[in-house]
Amino acid sequence: MTLIRIILKRLLSMSITLIGVAVIVFFIIRIVPGNPIAMMLPPGAGEEDIARLKALYGFDKTLPEQFLIWVRGILGGDFGTSITSRQPVMSLVLGRLPATLELSIMALVMAVMIGGTLALIGTRQRGGKAEALIDVTNGVSLSVPDFLWGLLFILLFGVLWPVFHISGRVSPALDLPFVTNFYLFESLLRLRFDIWLDLVSHMFMPALALAIPLAAIIAQLLKQSLKETMHLDYATLARTKGYSENHVILREALPNAILPTLTLVGVQFTFLIGGTVIIERLFSYEGLGNMAIDAVINRDLPLIQGIVILFAVIFTTVNLLVDLTYALLNPRLRHG
Amino acid sequence: MSFLELKNLNARVGPLPILRDVSLQVAPGEVRALVGESGAGKSMIGKAILGTLPDAIRITGGEILLEGEDLQAMSPKARRRLIGAKVALIPQDPLTALNPARRVGPQICDRLVDILGWGRREAEARVIELLHEVHIPAPERVMRAYPHELSGGMRQRILIASAFAAEPQLIIADEPTTALDVTVQKQILRLIRDMQARHGTALLFVTHDLGVVSKLCQSMTVLFGGKVLEDTSVDQFFSAPDHAYSAALLAATPKYTDPGGSLMPVPEATIHAVEAEIAAHDLAHQIETVRQ
Amino acid sequence: MADGRAAAKRPINPRLWLSGGWLLILVVAALAAPLLAPQDPLAQDLFASRLPPMWQGGSEPGFPLGTDSLGRDVLSRVLYGARIALLVALVAGSCTCALGAVLGLIAGYYRGWADVVISRLIEIWMAFPPVLFAILLIAVMGTGLTSIIVAIVVIDWTRFARVIRAEAMTQGAMDYVASAKVAGRGRFGIMIREILPNVLPTIVVLLTLEMGIAVIVEAILSFVNLSISTDDPTWGSMIAEGRAAIHHSWWVLVVPLITLFLTVLSFSQLGEGLKDHFDPVLR
Repeated sequence: MTLIRIILKRLLSMSITLIGVAVIVFFIIRIVPGNPIAMMLPPGAGEEDIARLKALYGFDKTLPEQFLIWVRGILGGDFGTSITSRQPVMSLVLGRLPATLELSIMALVMAVMIGGTLALIGTRQRGGKAEALIDVTNGVSLSVPDFLWGLLFILLFGVLWPVFHISGRVSPALDLPFVTNFYLFESLLRLRFDIWLDLVSHMFMPALALAIPLAAIIAQLLKQSLKETMHLDYATLARTKGYSENHVILREALPNAILPTLTLVGVQFTFLIGGTVIIERLFSYEGLGNMAIDAVINRDLPLIQGIVILFAVIFTTVNLLVDLTYALLNPRLRHG
Repeated sequence: MSFLELKNLNARVGPLPILRDVSLQVAPGEVRALVGESGAGKSMIGKAILGTLPDAIRITGGEILLEGEDLQAMSPKARRRLIGAKVALIPQDPLTALNPARRVGPQICDRLVDILGWGRREAEARVIELLHEVHIPAPERVMRAYPHELSGGMRQRILIASAFAAEPQLIIADEPTTALDVTVQKQILRLIRDMQARHGTALLFVTHDLGVVSKLCQSMTVLFGGKVLEDTSVDQFFSAPDHAYSAALLAATPKYTDPGGSLMPVPEATIHAVEAEIAAHDLAHQIETVRQ
Repeated sequence: MADGRAAAKRPINPRLWLSGGWLLILVVAALAAPLLAPQDPLAQDLFASRLPPMWQGGSEPGFPLGTDSLGRDVLSRVLYGARIALLVALVAGSCTCALGAVLGLIAGYYRGWADVVISRLIEIWMAFPPVLFAILLIAVMGTGLTSIIVAIVVIDWTRFARVIRAEAMTQGAMDYVASAKVAGRGRFGIMIREILPNVLPTIVVLLTLEMGIAVIVEAILSFVNLSISTDDPTWGSMIAEGRAAIHHSWWVLVVPLITLFLTVLSFSQLGEGLKDHFDPVLR
């Protein structure tokens, strides 16, 4: 009962938010000075060519009319046609989405692994030098944003000690047998570890740059939460039963400490996905963010709209999933 | 030979003494009360035995012997295993002593499986039997429940069953009824008494309630300011207490035969006298240390 | 009173010294850039292009940190870049803070429909990828210093509004607010005289953090070539040049990168340090 109500409430809130995003992005980009059509015209095109193109993209109608047409299109799965590439926005965007999703999820996995390990070590060594070191590292990692980490990695592991690729998603020379754009996932399924390694070597640095700030947040929150839990009676009782400190941390404290961390990590994960925009640009990684920046520079209005809406859908869905996971993991809600 | 023996145990927080030359013994099957006001150090003794003292408290001297073996001389792991197998705790607050994220069943079984090496099925059968013993209806269902689905009295029964599950030789009960409703308190006390009698386990019962002591225990240790004032049998204590503080404490408690009797404070003069005694003890201790 | 004295007596945190020190150096560098810079930051000299920094062979005097591919002096550009970075930090930071704090206070203390509207706006804003939003705004408004500042204010006010709203809600539930009400003070009066002073430490901490973020956003916008103009010496455009020329002249990237790194770190450590400093007064 509770779960269904949570889902419905969240879905309603999600749709209001998405409508808000749609309105804002639609009207903002129509204030753009300059005529997007002008860029598409061959030199010496006449008035009627302009009128024809305007009609084609619907720019001859009033703004509210354009908005309604656009929203009706979206509801029917049609995001319009890109001005620069003259292809449907939907297929362009869906073609790039897997690259961005793979990068974000890779970064999330890295952040959880690094942050979780640091939190566990910090809890085990609480009060000691190791914890102090972890705290300082966290402080620095939190302060410096993904953009700067990315640049630093390019310098360190791309130039000074070139172990990773610093641009692109995959080496152009490779022959890709894939049917989907989830290269990383599909290469594993096809057991093409050569391609998988190439993909990882391209993805490693951008993913790590995205992961570091989140890893620091996870380390900090989870450690704090674990330390609080370790003082509680059930942790003490477990110690008297003969369990080791490690065991008490992992089995008694961790399940309780994860919940408060989870909600915040959800919000932070959307920040991480937002960070892919500039990180993809930095590493010339062919994902949504890189495409978005090109779209803005080229004034490709339908494409910009489509990408922003897609990002908004991803963000709100992540938040919904986090809330659901929270409800599922929390025994009080599950059996409420 | 006694199962548990403390010899001149001293503990401090910084420079402040928490336990002062505490010595006491618990024989197999004995039910001993550890009595004192709050701050007397009675809970600290339990924690010192179990090895769960807060980080700030250091043991500065003395021995804790379990079946003649000095716990402090053992490796932390060996000590943990020994305590886990032979000593169990009935905690004070059943609301916080069960892990809210885990089902009840595994929380009771885990010591049997992980520490004593039982099979999972064997452990579960044993725990169901014990839950019957502590009068829990439908134990199979309760084992699948999460702690928040159960009442405080239920949870304390579960913790009692859990303490007895591994057939320990000593159970330390740390004011196991103070967090419960008065009506539930009586049931839980009766249950602890019955379980103790059936299993023959030695019991170290930490409490400030002399009424409980008179009904449950055979012998008792009276503490004040971390120092043992009197170590005697319960009958002896209630008929002719040895120490002036004990007498005052007894006078301050309404007689259980006379529940309407009013509660009287321990006279301040008595408190001052005990404090002076403790100060003298500390001084003697310091002189001793300096001489060495 | 006793609390205030205790806080004043406490030695100032070393990270306050370190971060404050670096920012002070930066302010001096920005103000005195015309005196300190060895070259004109815009002067191109193709005969002096890609000169390495002075500790490497092949360097030339007058270009202590080397030159970029157009022969512009890296040190001079970093010094002049500090002017733009600090200007953006100061103006964009304060404007963002003002807008966000006011909306947060209103939402958190007045509640009601104002809270509904502001909370919904925050939620919508959180569904935008911030960098893309900023780039979009610059594309709409055109490049230039004002556009950058407006873009930062528009994308980042939620950072303040969210936190201040929550703080104002907690403070609003405190007893001292109830007693101020009983004493007959109006709602606006309570917000200004009772709530605001109590959320002020939080606002100050957020403000320093926001200044660091503003510097980064400016650098990111310059990096994608949408900041002020391509010629102007901004750290972001230097980084963009350095990224492009990374294989033959690494110093063009390293110098602005280290400067940016230290600046962002200092702003946030200043914020954290101030938070610790305020803490005993708060609690």
